[in-house]
Order: sequence, then C-alpha cells, then structure tokens
Amino acid sequence: MNLLAIAFKSLKQRALSSSLTALSVALGIMLVVSVLVVNSVVDNTFNQKSVGVSLLIGPRGSDLGNVLSAVYRIGKPAENLPWRVLTEDLPNAAKRIGGVKDASDIIDWAIPMTMGDVTQEGSFPVLGTTPKYFKMEYASGKKFQKKGELPVNSFDAIIGSQVARENGWDISSQFSLIHGGADGHVHDEKFTVVGLLAPTGTANDRTVFVNIEGFFLISGHEKPPEDAISRLREFGYEVTPEQEAVIREAAGGHDHHDHAGHDHGAHAPHPIPDDLKEVSFILVRTKSSTASIMLAGELNEGMRAQAVNPIIVISRLMKLFVGNTRKLLLFLTALIVVVAGIGIFVSIYNSMSDRKREIAIMRALGASRVTVFSIILGESLLLCLGGGILGLLMGHGLVVVAAPLIESQAGIMVNPWSFDVMELVLFPILIGMATLVGFLPGLTAYRTDVADSLND
Amino acid sequence: MSLSIRNLKKSYVEPGGRRLPILNVDSFDIADAEQVVLIGSSGGGKTTLLNVIAGVTTADSGQVVIDGTDVTKLPEAGRDRFRALRIGYVFQTFNLLPAFTALENVLLGMSFGGRKADRPHARELLKRVGLEHRLDHRPAKLSVGEQQRVAVARALANRPSLLLADEPTANVDTANQENVLKLIREACTENGVSLMMVTHSQDVASQFDRIETLSDFNKPEAAE
Ligand SMILES: Nc1ncnc2c1ncn2[C@@H]1O[C@H](COP(=O)(O)OP(=O)(O)OP(=O)(O)O)[C@@H](O)[C@H]1O
Ligand SMILES: [Mg+2]
Repeated sequence: MNLLAIAFKSLKQRALSSSLTALSVALGIMLVVSVLVVNSVVDNTFNQKSVGVSLLIGPRGSDLGNVLSAVYRIGKPAENLPWRVLTEDLPNAAKRIGGVKDASDIIDWAIPMTMGDVTQEGSFPVLGTTPKYFKMEYASGKKFQKKGELPVNSFDAIIGSQVARENGWDISSQFSLIHGGADGHVHDEKFTVVGLLAPTGTANDRTVFVNIEGFFLISGHEKPPEDAISRLREFGYEVTPEQEAVIREAAGGHDHHDHAGHDHGAHAPHPIPDDLKEVSFILVRTKSSTASIMLAGELNEGMRAQAVNPIIVISRLMKLFVGNTRKLLLFLTALIVVVAGIGIFVSIYNSMSDRKREIAIMRALGASRVTVFSIILGESLLLCLGGGILGLLMGHGLVVVAAPLIESQAGIMVNPWSFDVMELVLFPILIGMATLVGFLPGLTAYRTDVADSLND
Repeated sequence: MSLSIRNLKKSYVEPGGRRLPILNVDSFDIADAEQVVLIGSSGGGKTTLLNVIAGVTTADSGQVVIDGTDVTKLPEAGRDRFRALRIGYVFQTFNLLPAFTALENVLLGMSFGGRKADRPHARELLKRVGLEHRLDHRPAKLSVGEQQRVAVARALANRPSLLLADEPTANVDTANQENVLKLIREACTENGVSLMMVTHSQDVASQFDRIETLSDFNKPEAAE
C-alpha cells in the first residue's frame, strides 16, 4: 500500500470528522470560486474590451456619470447637447490637429445617441441612435446579431435580449414610452418592435433602440424655438437670422402636429432642422489611440461638452471601487479557507493522541519517522485537495444555479464554466496550506517514541 | 539466520535523574531457525530486550548482530529499513491498525520495506491462520484470538529471518492460545525463521526445546 492509500484509510476511519473538515474547505473554496467567477464577469463587463469606442462626447460635468449613462445605461444624461457638436465641433476639432485635412482622416465614425426616456413596461432605457450603432463592435471582435430589422422608420424599435425576455416582447409587439423629463408623462406615440438583438452580455441587452429621427418626432422632445435658439447661443454658437427663421418655421409646424391622424411609421413626416435636434452623447471611434488623445484635447478646449476616453474612466472606476471591493471579497473568502484549514489542523491534531499506538505499530513494522510524518501530511493533503476539488465543483455549480438570477437582476451574462486562471493558483495554495496544517501533527508522529507507545 | 548479543547494556534514566539499569547481557545467541522461549519476572526487561533487538529502542552499548549486521551500529533509518525487511514483531495486544482490514493489515507488513506488496502471499498467510473468510473484516469485527492470528500473519508477511513475539497468547483463551502458538511455530519451522518468544505461561514455555530465563543471562545489578 502506498502512503496516500494508508492516509486515506486513516481518514476513512474518522469518516465524520474527515468529511466535515473537507466540507468546510469545500465551502470556502466554493465561495472563492464564485467570487472569482463573478469577478471575471464584472471584469468583462466593465473591462476595456467591452467598449469599442475611443471617445465619448457628453455634457460637461462628471465623466464617470457620462460613461455610466452612455455605456452602462445607468442614470440619465445631465443635459443634452446641440446637434452642432456633432456636425461642427467634432470635425472642426479634428481639423485643428496638425496634418489633418479632413475629419475622416482620423475618425472612423461618430454615432449620436439620445437618451432619457424609458419604456412604460419594465422601465428599460430607450436609446435613439442611427443604424450605424449596430454595425460597430460592442466588444472587441464582437458584432451585434439580430433577428428582424433595424429601426429605419420613425416609430420602429429593436430591443435587447433581456427586454424581450422580461417584457415578453417579440417582433410586432407595441409599446409606449415614459418621458424622461420632470413630469414623467406617457408619450402618446406607440412604438413597434421590428427587430430583436441576440444577447451580448452588455447593457445593450436591456436597452430599447429607436431610430434617432423618430426620437425627435415624439411630442415633447422638440424644444420651443426660443429655448433652442438661446441654448445654441449659450453654447457659443452663432445663430444667423436665416437660421432663426428656419427654426421658428419648423417648430411652428411641428407644434400643431396632430399625432392621432397620422401613420408615423409609413413615411418620415417632416424633416427636422438640425438646430432643433439634440444629442445626449456622441460615440467616436478614432483610427488610432494618439488621434483619440489629441482629439479629446481639442474638443475639451473651450467647448461646453466634454470628451473622455471611456476606457480610462472605466479602469479608474475599476481600480478605485470595484478593485477594492473585489480585494475585500477575496480576502474574506480566503479567510474562510484559512478557518477551514485551522479546522483540519484541529481535527488531525486531536486525533494524534489516540493514534500514538497506531504510529508505533507502523514504526515497529519498519516505517521510518519520515514515513509516518508523510502519512499524516498526506491526510492533510487529501482533506485540503479533496475539499478543494469539491469546492471547485460546488462553486461552479453555485454559479450555474445563480447565473439566470444574476442575468435577470443585473443584466450581466455569466458563463458558469468560465474558468478563472486564479482557480489554478488555488491548488498550490491549498497544497501549501495542507503542508502548514499537517506539519505539526506530522511532527508529533515523527517524534512518537515507539517503545513507549507500544507499552501504553 | 542467527542472532548474537554481546555486552549489551541498557538503562533508563528515572525522573529523579538516577540511572536504572535494565539490561546487562554479556552474551546471548540464537542459532539459525532456532526457537527460543524467554521467561522472567514482570518488569525484568523482556520487552525492553525485544525492543532493542528490533531496533525500536537504542542500547547504551554493546552489539546486536543479526545475520552479520550489527543493528546497533546502524543509523535510525537503517534500523527502520532492516526491521521492515528482516524482522517480524508480534505484541501482546492491540497489534492491528483499526482503520485497516485483516488483509490490509497484513499488506502493511510488507509496505515499508520498499518491496512490492504481494497480495497473493498476504492472502495465503491469512488462509494459513484460518482467516480466509475474514479478509475484509476490520480488527473491531475480529475476536482477540483472530486479531492475534492476523498479527502473526502480518509479522511473517515480509518473510523475516527473525520473529519477535512478546506474549502473543496472553490475551487469548486456551483453545486459541494453542492455535496461535502452533501457527507461529509451524510458520517459523517452514520458513527457517528464528523465533524469540516471551511468555508468562508455563504451559506454553514447556512446549519449547530451549527455555531461557532472562535473569539467568541478564545481570543489570552488575552493570554499575
Ligand atoms: N521508557 C521507559 N522509561 C523508564 N523506565 C522504563 C521505560 N520502559 C520500561 N521501563 C522500565 O524498565 C523495566 C523493564 O520493563 P519491561 O517492559 O522491559 O519489562 P518486562 O520484562 O517486559 O515486564 P512484563 O513481563 O511485565 O511485560 C520496568 O521496570 C519498566 O518500568
Ligand atoms: Mg513486557
């Protein structure tokens, strides 16, 4: 019989205490594993790779607020920006960079987004954007997959997978929006689902996308002409009398618009002048990271909007908040494993006094001091590693059970079998712990005096 | 295989610091395949002598030569290995490891010498002691007599050249006593194993050709 087999038999002899101590290790490891899995999920969700965007242009104020709102759809934008930020400031800023003749030299694309409303059912954020949004990678190397159509008509919508699941919506479902303003009234316009997005594991899953042009057509989204003009001036734009006239004329027509008699989806009713449009955020993808840094510098100079690299903001958030929380969680779960280790120590150490004679018998059969030491160490190894493997399975099992819950509660997709490399590190740690825990009892065995113990 | 002891001295240090001489043997020999029974008063040092021969206790001085090897000159690990390969040891009681079945206990007898475990041999030995139907029983499920028979089988498992038995029949009823004794003697005869057996029983001792009384060759009082 080899030493591990001998160790295993001795453990079996004390089945209850052995299985309980192994179980305590298993529970500790289970928690560590689930923390690690959740960790890597949070990592992937908030990770740099999740954002295929190099610059986020939004209202001045909190860059973190902008990122949370634009990328994670948490909270509403502080204010909206004039459309001219997209059509004037952005290309102008690009052209101010030395050696750039045309904005397209450094900018791959710029996608406007308007936000603020939520669905009446389920309160999912409603995002008005252009079809270009769905052509970009939502994570590195990952493109949107859809069933149905993109929202090309004014009151069309394509919805994220979680929205579809939770609201039970499918293609041709109709729904209403709640206005994001202070009054929170329900908009009269009914939207129709024309497409479903496949799950992405990002905030897109719980977003309702509508055509940005349709978004402006919703009553209450247009600004009174005076407001629009004064706001443009606030932002430092020149508004010529001709432009003013266009604004007033278009706004006047729109004001008396009667929604009830119209079929919004069939044709685009009135072209809305750019100066009546607003944008919450602009997603920009530059051709290089240096270009994005320089462009951000140019944009932030004197503009009433701000441009940030969402990646930097996210990693700062991760470091400051999520990183520390993760460390704390890992520390606490590691502590549980340590406590379990102490349990193993107590269990083996307590058994030693009863086993003096057994050890003496083995010695009398020719086992060396090192051999009996190894057998005790083997017991502790078996308990730690056995518990560890069980804990690993239990941990992933827990995540399997919890995955749908996490997905529905937090909108984060969890792959329960995603294996964190840290889990491999667990084994050397467990072996180290087993050695530490088994050392003292092993030493007791090592020191057992054969003649004395045989006579007892 | 033979045993020869020369000028062996062993004393214990009492808690007060006084030396208490236990063994002082000028000369003692057992020939190849010889069977010797050792008797003597309680506390006389019989177990101590067996322990010194087995190498689980160190002597203060002198030689214990087994088959040409002076075990007192071996380092501890060397004595362990020598014991694992060449010596079988049966104690008075509690010979068996409770976590292991009868068969496993016998296998343990060959586990520590670095040789491959010989399962058929272990089975054969248990069959010889009449326990072929008890192979997978743990010691707790065996009678005292059965346990002692397993212990004898185990002591023979490594094919030793010297078998030490410390009152192996003391806790066994008369019928089983005969049984165990017969077994030990037959196994030793068949395999040419030298036997040194301690007993308090006059009945048992009288069956042996050579009966040694410890006090006849051990003079601890002369050691001062
Ligand atoms: N580790 C020890 N430390 C001190 N004294 C010891 C130790 N082991 C044994 N002795 C003493 O040595 C003496 C001999 O003990 P031993 O066990 O060899 O006697 P024994 O002849 O086997 O007796 P019994 O027939 O009762 O088994 C006893 O007086 C005993 O108290
Ligand atoms: Mg004795």
